[in-house]
Amino acid sequence: MFSYEFMRNAFAAGTIIAIICGIMGVFVIARNMSFLTHTLSEIGFSGAAFGVFAGWAPLNGMLLFTVVSSVIVGQLSARSERREAATSAISALFIGLGILFLSLANKNASYATSILFGSVIGISAGDVRQMLWLSLLVLVVVFVIYRFLKFDSFDHTGARVKGLWTNVLSITFLVLLALSVSVAAQIVGSLLIFILLTLPAATAKYFAHTVGGMMVLAIALALIGVWSGLVLSYVTNFPVSFFIAAIEAIFYFIALGWQRLQTAE
Amino acid sequence: MADAAPILKLEHLGVTFPNHPVFSDLNLTIRQGEIWSIIGKNGVGKTTLMRTILHQLRPTHGKITYLPSQSDVTIGYVPQFRNIDADYPLTIKDFVGLNLTGWKLPWLSGKERAKVAKILDQTGLKQLAKRPIGQASGGEKQKAYLAQALVEAPNLLILDESTASLDPVTKTELLDLVAELNRRLRLTVLFVTHDIPMAQKYTQHYLMLTPGGIEQGPIAQLTTEKVWEGENV
Repeated sequence: MFSYEFMRNAFAAGTIIAIICGIMGVFVIARNMSFLTHTLSEIGFSGAAFGVFAGWAPLNGMLLFTVVSSVIVGQLSARSERREAATSAISALFIGLGILFLSLANKNASYATSILFGSVIGISAGDVRQMLWLSLLVLVVVFVIYRFLKFDSFDHTGARVKGLWTNVLSITFLVLLALSVSVAAQIVGSLLIFILLTLPAATAKYFAHTVGGMMVLAIALALIGVWSGLVLSYVTNFPVSFFIAAIEAIFYFIALGWQRLQTAE
Repeated sequence: MADAAPILKLEHLGVTFPNHPVFSDLNLTIRQGEIWSIIGKNGVGKTTLMRTILHQLRPTHGKITYLPSQSDVTIGYVPQFRNIDADYPLTIKDFVGLNLTGWKLPWLSGKERAKVAKILDQTGLKQLAKRPIGQASGGEKQKAYLAQALVEAPNLLILDESTASLDPVTKTELLDLVAELNRRLRLTVLFVTHDIPMAQKYTQHYLMLTPGGIEQGPIAQLTTEKVWEGENV
């Protein structure tokens, strides 16, 4: 399996994605942003389609669309009473735009499928390097603002009364999330990216006792899902995103069952 | 106590929201180690006043002076509401440590861990340090909120209706603890409350905000008649 360059690239990319999603996912869950993450992934689809239409690499189109729109989405959904409706409207608009760009680019349905559901064979060594640099950027920023971000994510009221610049933190986090979505979409596709950004961390929440522990467990669960998904996809020739989605969902349901047992005791 | 140095001076202080004056011409001197009740019915501006003291709102009129200088007055604030998910993997110890922010490494240093341990000890939470905050009782949570507010050793503590949801026994326990910290650490306390008997038991002075004006004085002068006269709580 590792004699093929595309599989080596896929494993390298998958490892980077699992680490970034494990860390960012903890904050996504703490900030209740699962639905917003889903919207960003749809915006990513639209951006990738725009990239194809404009003759760019899909990742660059994704980066442009997700980073610019993350701030707008964050502002529009800042008020909880309109969050779901505003997010749904943006989601619908960007899926429509994605379809339009693909149509204008004269690309067929298989191209759309590749963007939406990801592809193992399409990742080059250059893609891996670009993902690595973007991921390092995300990790360095998270490292620098970690204490502020942790306080704001797990105790927003406390952070606000402390006088932390919570609005700036929120926008910074959304931009980091947009970068993570663009990176992670390369393997699982834009439609399923929220799996890796939400499920491993949501599962880890039930087993970990500290935020650091939740992060380590989320990374481990994401790595298990991605690596197993890649192997199973290689062996069966079925889509990798199916296996990753199934494995992470099973982990999550096991965690829910375990939590129920704990509560019943 | 009257000889203690002032740490906070409010002079002709007023806050006006668009077309709605909240309070005006408020004059108040708070001295080190005093415990004040801030009372008044909902909407008279108690929380607005606290947010102004916390620099979160700018006064429309007058000024606040922190003494001897602004950097000498550090404030711990325990708000009325908190939204902590029951499933968060956050122990009481970690929750208290959240307040130790700054451009520092993600993990706490030995000195910072010692600070957390000390305040957990002082607030009676040492045995509960590893309990997830989501699984703590109402009283334990309030103690954890108090410990978080105190971890940086502030010299002014604001309790903003933070005992409102507690049962009488737990409320008494928490206020006993605050009174002890006040004695031991010379902590100045502003206790925003609707609970007049608790204010009379634990505080020395009162500031009553009413729609028509402001009244202040020693707590002994706060009679039930005075409170109920204008339906002021």
